[in-house]
Amino acid sequence: MLRISNLVKSYGSDKPVLKNLDLTVEGGLVSVIGASGAGKSTLLRCINRLVQPTSGTIELNGVDMTALKGRELRAARRRIGMVFQGFNLVDRLTVMENVQSGRLGYISTWRAALRKYPKADIRRAFDLMERVGIAHYANKRADELSGGERQRVGVVRALMQEPEILLADEPTASLDPKTSEQIMELLRSLSRELSLPVMINIHNVHEAKAYTDRIVGMRFGRIIFDDKPEALDKPAMDEIYAGVPAQERGDSSHAAPAVGSAAMHTS
Amino acid sequence: MVSLDAHPEDWARFTPRQRMQRYAIFAFILIAIVWAFGNVEIFWPWLIDAPEQMADLFGRMVPPDVTNLRSILAALLETVNIATIATVIGVALSFPVAYIAAQNTTPNAATLWLGRFILVSSRSVNTIIWALLFVAIFGPGVVAGILAITFRSLGFLGKLMGEAIEEIDRRPVEALEATGASRFKIILYAIMPQVMPTFLAVSILRWDINLRESTVLGLVGAGGIGVILQGAIDTFAWQEAATVLLAILALVILGEIISAVLRKRII
Repeated sequence: MLRISNLVKSYGSDKPVLKNLDLTVEGGLVSVIGASGAGKSTLLRCINRLVQPTSGTIELNGVDMTALKGRELRAARRRIGMVFQGFNLVDRLTVMENVQSGRLGYISTWRAALRKYPKADIRRAFDLMERVGIAHYANKRADELSGGERQRVGVVRALMQEPEILLADEPTASLDPKTSEQIMELLRSLSRELSLPVMINIHNVHEAKAYTDRIVGMRFGRIIFDDKPEALDKPAMDEIYAGVPAQERGDSSHAAPAVGSAAMHTS
Repeated sequence: MVSLDAHPEDWARFTPRQRMQRYAIFAFILIAIVWAFGNVEIFWPWLIDAPEQMADLFGRMVPPDVTNLRSILAALLETVNIATIATVIGVALSFPVAYIAAQNTTPNAATLWLGRFILVSSRSVNTIIWALLFVAIFGPGVVAGILAITFRSLGFLGKLMGEAIEEIDRRPVEALEATGASRFKIILYAIMPQVMPTFLAVSILRWDINLRESTVLGLVGAGGIGVILQGAIDTFAWQEAATVLLAILALVILGEIISAVLRKRII
């Protein structure tokens, strides 16, 4: 179970990107929607500490992520899989090497350097690649694959970690509509099969409604909607996507239109 | 429509002020050149009879004397070995230097400056100067030659490698950080594969350069073909010197061909 409480993230002395955010994820697929700059990406990256939270706590199955350093942090990161918008594969390595890089936190340096992966890891890799339909690409270079296939490699790499939660940052935003739906379908079925909680940042509200169990709507660093997909109606949508980010950043109350000088941070 | 005579007929690329500045810069360069010629004290008679001297030297060099061909070839091989060994050591040393001299991978500001200091000091000292230093320390011979070439290569290789590291795609690095991989494993899996093509191309180029630099090492007693050349010149054995020069020419052309083939193979 992931329990985020009172999370604040601010870059320098700017207005915080995340403002006293509370969120609990027990399981299933949770999609996080919101306009660019709402803080979705920052929220996700705070969980595995790719971004350093300013204050608050993030607890994953009883371990507080925010307090960890060095070796302990790396051990904790192994338990959190992540899938990216740009797939973030190493193009010049083979699919197998990319997939096995999900095990880097577990294996010794010499095994990693010599590509002498443990038998159990190789078997697991083939099982998972078979499951998502890329096993026949094991020896191909990652850059020879299409977008959808590359994202499958990204998913398998994350699953190789044997994660306790999977974070997906706009996993379908670089894909065509059909492939995009296939990846969402894959994430849903994997989540069910492995009883793996999945948190997905997504721009496509239609997909969020169709494939996920719960929708969290963010606006300017706050969660303003958190309910079943059916509950996301027109007014709720308008609320989530309304307003000019710069205006809102200048003053968090809806009324006062401030000068749009505040820097926009990555969503 | 605007009437034609509303437009000015005069147009100048530069304002009068800019023009004066340009004339001033031009005049300054001219003065500098004239002053430089006046300052270096060229002994004109020697320059004027140069064609005569050249013809005379050429006459004394023809036909090339090949009686010492065996030892010349042995020295040539030694030259190749100096260049190759020095390139291998230089490449091995350059990677950590490049790593700390690249802004995106260096651990902290102190290491960044250390890296840059190593690069600058290596490159600011000419191979022959390095060779003189090492001959003084290790005595005449190939060890001094190898070290001289290594030290000179280090700056060149480290600088170009460091630039390659600075240009890598950061996203795979982020992905591997998220898996809980250690710093070193991230270098192995996300950084090395990305810089490998540049790494090889730069190494081959440097080998080619080192081959040429190794031929003059002997002039200061640091081994290689230059030792024989120096001996021949000192004893006015111009016909042997001619053979050595031809041998060097052949070696350099051969090196050029080999590196061109290797480059084509790799890239």
